Amino acid sequence: MSTVTASSGSHTEIDPGHPPTSTGLSNEKVAMWSFLGSECLLFGALISTYLLFKGQSLPGTIQPVDVFDIPYTSVSSFVLLMSSLTMVLALAAIQRGDQRLTRVWLLTTALLGASFVAGQAYEFTVFVREGMNLRVNLFSSSFFVLTGFHGAHVTIGVLMLLSLYSLSMRGKLPASKAETVELVGLYWHFVDVVWIVIFTLIYLIP
Amino acid sequence: MTSPPKTRDEATGPVVETGPDEGGTHHDHPGEGKYIKIALILAAITAVEVVFSYWEAVEGFLAPSLIAMSIVKFVIVVGYFMHLKFDSRLFRRLFVAGMGLAIFCFTVLLSTFHVWTR
Repeated sequence: MSTVTASSGSHTEIDPGHPPTSTGLSNEKVAMWSFLGSECLLFGALISTYLLFKGQSLPGTIQPVDVFDIPYTSVSSFVLLMSSLTMVLALAAIQRGDQRLTRVWLLTTALLGASFVAGQAYEFTVFVREGMNLRVNLFSSSFFVLTGFHGAHVTIGVLMLLSLYSLSMRGKLPASKAETVELVGLYWHFVDVVWIVIFTLIYLIP
Repeated sequence: MTSPPKTRDEATGPVVETGPDEGGTHHDHPGEGKYIKIALILAAITAVEVVFSYWEAVEGFLAPSLIAMSIVKFVIVVGYFMHLKFDSRLFRRLFVAGMGLAIFCFTVLLSTFHVWTR
């Protein structure tokens, strides 16, 4: 049963352990799923723009086949995919109250995510050295914007994971707050599924 | 008459009494062993995708097969790692609404510019 406690003055606090909601579901999870639904539109727009401009660049300018390194990007994809596993293991650990493993898996996920971002940064520098930048042609513009937005999302995810790790280290992430880890996990898995689509449509399909 | 008390799952917040068919939550999440098996399946599909992209024998149906494998990976991650298969229908509807709208809008956009036939 939900508990509502009235504190001093007109301020009323709802017991954070038992939020009464009209749906019976966590408002935070409803908000996160709504946000992820809207993110589909953002990434849908960016991917569509890339597909729309694919093959439309001026002849003689740099093309995807000139710069893409599929084996390298495959390793990056594998790293991000495995970070989804470690994220879900972190959630399972906190749900059973294992603080030590929660920290281990959160930190592992953050490190895998950071490796992915570092790999992307390296890939970008290689592309720039090959003569690609935001203004060279339609391919390079749409590619950098799409993968750059995704990289920014991964970076935000890494920061959130490190924040959770920091909270856990200070004892502020008990098992009763497992939903916080679940929310960050939802965001992290979404970033992973977006990459699954990008990897196939942008890198693998010629 | 007071309403029936709500139960609570420590992991995911409040839980309504209704089952998944009625829109309530259901927390029969997979165990860690299953998560590892799922990750191995995802890794295997990724490896097949990469092999396909180099394999000339599948050139004729490369794009459809890669898209199909990508959809399988997408569904597995969303269903199992994000627990959409086990959670409330409302979450599924919220996500599918956004994704469906995106797919519809951008399919129309790309079709308008004849992207599929050029």
